[in-house]
Amino acid sequence: MITGEQKPVEEIRQMIAPYKRILVLGCGSCVAECASGGEKETAMLASALRMAARMNDEDVTIEEMTLDRQCVMEFVIQLDKVIDPYDAVLSLGCGAGVQAVADMYPEVRVIPGLNTEFLGETKAQGVWAETCLGCGDCMLYDFGGICPLARCSKQILNGPCGGSVDGRCEVNPDIPCAWQLIIDRLDRFGALDRLEDIYPPKDWSTKQGAGPRKIIREDQQK
Amino acid sequence: MSHESQLKKVLTEGEFAVTAECGPPKGADAQVILKKARLLKDKVDAVNVTDNQTAIVRMSSLAACALLKTAGLDPVLQMVVRDRNRISLQSDILGASALGIRNVLCLSGDHQIFGNQPQALGVFDLDSIQFVQAVKGMRDDGLILGGDSLDHKPDMFIGAAANPFADPLGFRVVRLAKKIKAGADFIQTQCIYNLDRFESWLSMAVDRGLTQKAYILGGVTPIKSVGMARYMKTKVAGMDIPDDVIKRMEGVPKEKQREEGISICVEAILRLKELSGVSGVHIMAIEWEEAVGEIVERAGLYPRPAPDRA
Repeated sequence: MITGEQKPVEEIRQMIAPYKRILVLGCGSCVAECASGGEKETAMLASALRMAARMNDEDVTIEEMTLDRQCVMEFVIQLDKVIDPYDAVLSLGCGAGVQAVADMYPEVRVIPGLNTEFLGETKAQGVWAETCLGCGDCMLYDFGGICPLARCSKQILNGPCGGSVDGRCEVNPDIPCAWQLIIDRLDRFGALDRLEDIYPPKDWSTKQGAGPRKIIREDQQK
Repeated sequence: MSHESQLKKVLTEGEFAVTAECGPPKGADAQVILKKARLLKDKVDAVNVTDNQTAIVRMSSLAACALLKTAGLDPVLQMVVRDRNRISLQSDILGASALGIRNVLCLSGDHQIFGNQPQALGVFDLDSIQFVQAVKGMRDDGLILGGDSLDHKPDMFIGAAANPFADPLGFRVVRLAKKIKAGADFIQTQCIYNLDRFESWLSMAVDRGLTQKAYILGGVTPIKSVGMARYMKTKVAGMDIPDDVIKRMEGVPKEKQREEGISICVEAILRLKELSGVSGVHIMAIEWEEAVGEIVERAGLYPRPAPDRA
């Protein structure tokens, strides 16, 4: 999933200050799973903003709504029926969601309420961790299912570096050394010898070589 | 001025090599480098110049190497993959060779979070092993990554680092083997205080025939004070300082601690000299270049072989 965290309320209040009719717009997908922009968080933030506005005698209307997916046109167009009265949308979608809404309604100011963070997993209740970089050329097979690009602080493809101690990363002992994990995993599969070969430099053209990426699937186009 | 690597000459002639380290200043004063050059000249065979070590912005390693070269020293250009992508790394290898720099040490680099630019983007486009391989391809085949040919090959004696004290121990020698397979001619190790662990790492390297394929230079750092010893033990990742070294430093009064640190360093060198598979020492006297001459002399490594004057 794509993870995110809500921006500080003060920063949000500064961004919405010029506007009088604001729709706080949640998203029921990834950011709901990571408890930052789902229906519940949208209701809580809208309520906090209304309360702050009241305490400061601000004449502003703040309402809320949550789409199932903010990054998919079919869902975004549900706003057609409701968007007219608003002069700003405070989006709790990820960066893709914010831009999808802004592209659809160019006359409305769309403001990001989240800091979009990373592609990751829910590790435990309230714990999310980055495990994928979206590089466009998956190498997980070669590394026993552990991505050294996303999980090694120095993105080393021929690790571990000299800072791996007791299975922890030198950058922060809270971070498990990805290379210790890779070695342990490949060892379990009897495939440690694979690491004797020098892994070649990453071809970054699949991530950022030709500007913003796009997938076009003719078989999916009607 | 000679345009051959003195380090390579000493090692290929079978002499026990001595290298030292010169940290560039946090400023633009060439005199700082030239002063260190005077302290180290003729005391060692070659001098490593660190590349924004601990991720703190300093005078560039390439520029400081060029200054050492003008002072008649044989510089070892340290290059980290943290700050430059493959275009820039390969370009700087060509530039260094054009300036007469003949040794390079290819490193990952300390993570940017530890320095004074924690907001910086870490590049890490290549890793240190891929970088070694790239330099070897440029030197031996005249090809850059991707296969384009150069119209003039760089001339570089290629080095890499090894940390016998990091984990997992069994894999440290695999990684050493990969660095040598990638093209490392020489290896400089992390500071050695735990000689027993170093020897067990070395014997694994000897068993795999690695010490026949590359020259291993054992790293040593004289400790200035018990405080420095404690700091290195607890704060520096991948550093292994046995308790008896700390106790020994604690056992002498403050004004004698520098002398004790030098003695510990000299004893380590004397032990390293006896080990088959060790081809030299790399003395990293951090901001203490004055100590290098005394260490080299007391370790019986002075005078150094004279360079060929071209």
